[in-house]
Amino acid sequence: MDAFWIILTGSLVAVSCALLGSFLILRKMSMVGDAISHSVLPGIVIAFFIAGSMQSIWMLVGAGILGILTTFLIEFFHQKGRLQTDASIGVTFTWLFALGVILVTYYAGNAHIDQDCILHGEIAYVPIDLMYDSQGNPIGPKAVIILSFVLVLILAFIFLFYKELFITTFDASFASAIGLNTSRWHYALMGLVSLTTVASFESVGAILVVALLIAPAASAYLITTQLKTMLILSSGFGILSSFLGYWLSYLLDGSIAGAMVTVSGFIFAVCYVIVRIKK
Amino acid sequence: MIQQVENPALEIHDLTVSYDKKPVLWGIDLSIPRGALCGIIGPNGAGKSTLIKAIMNLVDMNSGYVKLFDQTLDEVRKKVSYVPQRESVDWDFPASVLDVVLMGRYANLGLFKNPRRADKDAALKALEMVGMEKYSKRQISQLSGGQQQRVFLARALTQNADIYFLDEPFSGVDAATEKAIFQILKNLSKDGKTIIVVHHDLQSVEPYFEWVILLNLRLVASGPTKQVFTPALLEETYGGKLTLLTEVGELVKKGEFEAREKQ
Repeated sequence: MDAFWIILTGSLVAVSCALLGSFLILRKMSMVGDAISHSVLPGIVIAFFIAGSMQSIWMLVGAGILGILTTFLIEFFHQKGRLQTDASIGVTFTWLFALGVILVTYYAGNAHIDQDCILHGEIAYVPIDLMYDSQGNPIGPKAVIILSFVLVLILAFIFLFYKELFITTFDASFASAIGLNTSRWHYALMGLVSLTTVASFESVGAILVVALLIAPAASAYLITTQLKTMLILSSGFGILSSFLGYWLSYLLDGSIAGAMVTVSGFIFAVCYVIVRIKK
Repeated sequence: MIQQVENPALEIHDLTVSYDKKPVLWGIDLSIPRGALCGIIGPNGAGKSTLIKAIMNLVDMNSGYVKLFDQTLDEVRKKVSYVPQRESVDWDFPASVLDVVLMGRYANLGLFKNPRRADKDAALKALEMVGMEKYSKRQISQLSGGQQQRVFLARALTQNADIYFLDEPFSGVDAATEKAIFQILKNLSKDGKTIIVVHHDLQSVEPYFEWVILLNLRLVASGPTKQVFTPALLEETYGGKLTLLTEVGELVKKGEFEAREKQ
């Protein structure tokens, strides 16, 4: 049963990341995902300080705000400060991350929050951290419930606003010319990336979530010619990474999240080879 | 030689745009008659694309206003079509030709609605008009430059607009495509649509356009081709004082750069 919950958690993270990551790659903003996943750290710690516990809802809010702030700062330095996008990303997220590191070490005595759990996560603990109903009966692992909620939100967003996401990603100036507010869609997408990152950090950590945002989507991008297929394939690759990764770590007796990302890297390599051979 | 017209399709008043405090368009004041097939001509860096972007509200204006059919852009947006430069998008994007052409219909769909049968028919009809009906399922990365431009034009045609702005539609396309695109624009103009094209090939200006805007940071001339497309005005646009000023500006900029490096 533990294996089931762990693979399910991994799959929920991987699918959420793959769907959003597909849009990040097509918008040439992969590194923004990297930036957000790091700069949510101070948000998490401050939310922990205010709420006084690991209440996940406050974590989501705190990190969500920081994620939007990061996106905003990146755009701000780029547009108003005339800084190149990559430099703007580099300055913004390392600074916010450093702020987070100071805050974390300041609360170092606390068992519930430390650098290790934020950076690397621990998916093996997911099955024992249960959520209970009002009678005190366990409903299921907390991470699974939160991640399911996030995934449903992402699916609804993409399903309802597919054409807006499609057109603002492909041709932003045409999109604004027909009256769409492109920056609103940009921030909505980045808000979801922040939400996903923070919901995932307890299980896979802030560093590996970057890999899951990019690798499955990049693999799918290589072998498909349709956006819809790319979204479905990248989700499939995400689930496959989670499943094979779990059994790889079982065999090697190593980190589960690490194995999942390793598998997603292998999937990318396979896709790359297939494309090369076809050409 | 700036000829103003009554009841214009496009009216620009005192338009100034600058990037990074450096003006790229300065005090533009012009009007274009309805149904005109109009070319915007000028040297590289003259602000031709910026003028169109300013009209489409894609860049911020420092001053001035733009009116289309005597209304603001927001009031007539559904009657306005914009064809960006072909190079401005990533043609490796996972999309088919039909996907891209259908985007022209999005403006009329609104939120939560997906394209219907009628939209698809309109897209296919537009593809037929540009001679690309056989390519509707083709992935866009497999298209040649000329085909990409035809797809962009087809997308604009599905909008059924009254005024079209095209940014360099003839750049990097084959002769057959150039001819086909020009013919379509000519037909649109015959139907009373106003067409405004950023163009840089001086040789084809006279046969293509009935109205010409000569631009080099400021407006040199705007009027019927016969009166505007003259050696004297072209000299002023391409070889006159303004080019000299730009060159001096560049030299000053370079000077600053060196001075800073020497420190």
